[in-house]
Amino acid sequence: MKRMEITEIIFKVLAYLFLTVFALFCLYPFVYSLSASISGRDAFQTGKVVLFPVDIQFGAFSAVLNTKGFWVSYSNTLFVTFYGTVFSVATSILGAYALSKKRLPFRSLLSFFFVFTLWFSAGLVPQLLNYMGTQELFDIVTKDDKWLVVAAMGMAAFNVILLRNAFEGVSGEIEEAAIVDGATEFQLLKKIYLPMCKSAIATVALFFAISRWNGFFWARQMIRNKNEWPLQVYIRDTLEKIDELDRGDYAPNSLIYAMVVCAVIPILVIYPYIQKYFAKGVSMGGVKE
Amino acid sequence: MTNNKQSRESGAVFAPLGDEGKALQNDAGAREALDANEKNYWRNTGKKIFKEWRLYLMLLPLFLIFLFWRYFPLYGLLGAFKINNTTLSEFQRDFVGLKWFRDLMFGSSSAEFWVAFRNTFMLSFYGLLFGFPVPIILALFFNEVKNDVVRSGFQILTYLPKFVSTVVVTTVISLLLKGGSMASDPGVLSKMFKGLGLIGDEAMNGGMLRFPQYFRPVFIVSGIWEAAGYGSIVFFAAIIMIPQSRYEAATIDGADKLAQIRYVVLPGMASTIVIMLVLRIGELLSVGYEKVLLLQYPGTYTETDIVSTFVFRRAGMGSGITNANQALASAADLIAALLSMTLVVGSNFVSKKISKVSLY
Repeated sequence: MKRMEITEIIFKVLAYLFLTVFALFCLYPFVYSLSASISGRDAFQTGKVVLFPVDIQFGAFSAVLNTKGFWVSYSNTLFVTFYGTVFSVATSILGAYALSKKRLPFRSLLSFFFVFTLWFSAGLVPQLLNYMGTQELFDIVTKDDKWLVVAAMGMAAFNVILLRNAFEGVSGEIEEAAIVDGATEFQLLKKIYLPMCKSAIATVALFFAISRWNGFFWARQMIRNKNEWPLQVYIRDTLEKIDELDRGDYAPNSLIYAMVVCAVIPILVIYPYIQKYFAKGVSMGGVKE
Repeated sequence: MTNNKQSRESGAVFAPLGDEGKALQNDAGAREALDANEKNYWRNTGKKIFKEWRLYLMLLPLFLIFLFWRYFPLYGLLGAFKINNTTLSEFQRDFVGLKWFRDLMFGSSSAEFWVAFRNTFMLSFYGLLFGFPVPIILALFFNEVKNDVVRSGFQILTYLPKFVSTVVVTTVISLLLKGGSMASDPGVLSKMFKGLGLIGDEAMNGGMLRFPQYFRPVFIVSGIWEAAGYGSIVFFAAIIMIPQSRYEAATIDGADKLAQIRYVVLPGMASTIVIMLVLRIGELLSVGYEKVLLLQYPGTYTETDIVSTFVFRRAGMGSGITNANQALASAADLIAALLSMTLVVGSNFVSKKISKVSLY
């Protein structure tokens, strides 16, 4: 009896210790970024900043917030994130709903059509050529490459499958009852499926929003006009030009750290509200039995 | 008599014909019926499709998106079998067969390609070796924290890095490790590593990422930082599903904590572990190229170059490329994509066989 208690206590202490260390390990880069962004130049450059800020200044933040390019890129990111998420979530919900129906003719063939893109993709060069062709098409309507990013990039078959599995999990009896009551297809989706699959939809919306917010590679390749660059591209560009940055009472690194903090803040704000959904959504919808 | 004979003869002559005719007629009838059936099949299918036109309408936008931006590019794969000439259009270029593939495997680009291929494999292999156990350990320990508020606090903190962009992650990594070239950049982590005796002076002063030997540890540890917490969700879900009665039974049998983990918890999550392992093996050749691209410096390619970054460079998508060759790049990409697909499909198949669970 005593031995059991001892191992249990040891294990518990070990668990708390490990989790605390790991949580700090996860948190450290965020804390350091914030501290580095508001520390004084000399203190930072002599390496006095390890965890907490030293010689607090807000010059780096105000410099970032007073740069027009930063706000332009920030609004571009908001634009792409908002329209991109709405576009992706709406099309995915409609498509996944159709795919979840056993009465859909050629259902398995159509499912395979989407799943195949998870296994095989054409690769960088064909994709680049495809996007360039799309760009020419889009140029007829608008020269704004943000629309290209919204429409062409960031669609994920994985999310469609996740939603489809969640929709399949809704019991057919409710649907039959609703059909007897004369519900149309869109009413079924709106009144039954959307409310019952809230956590899966929130998860998918979160995935799409995050990937849109974080999107870098193709935006960097395809957007021609610097005024349409999203935040991630802008940050990377600033990092590459770090040696040319003006230096005031803050180190040039502090400027980058300040941008990083600004880029992460929206995620930190939204994340706690939505995280309760996605743990459920991931473990339920991602794996199909 | 003659008549009779005749009739008999005629009978003898015509009877088989008659039978044959009947058989032919029957055959035609069957075929007609079959045709009708087939027609009915198509008509029925058409009717079914027409009846469910709303579902098809709902599916249409998604279908078009994938057709346009996922399937149309597949046509561009033909470029891997054609001459490399970007001034000619896709239709004007001549086929050269497997020239670029030979070039990659045995020819002038083979050294570079195989280095990239090996690095891709090694990066994900070490990532799997060191990264795979961490989420499992995290899940085991999450289970020990019985206070819900404290536990979800830990969970929120550990999931968080997953949602930070690759650009932010790589930016912070380079700054922490002194990836920049400024003399005044402290690089707090590289200083710490120097203090611990892990790296030498020149690495601390010159920027760790400029030295190829540090790339893999940096990539793998930051990968664990990014994904371990998030990866624990599945395992923790599996632990929660273990019925309480099993713990009680084990306790009555005198099992201490370690025995409980050994005989109750680990068997309870065994299937999840196996599935995740199999699926991860399927991803051995798909390393996130964004992160590598943003962390690598010219001159460290012997360790940092993976197939995607090789493709990126040879396709002329970076800056300052002199030996761009889109056809060769496509060929390299195609080899990797085919191997990767084989792995993914194979691992899914295995996962389905052992557990009736697959990701798709």
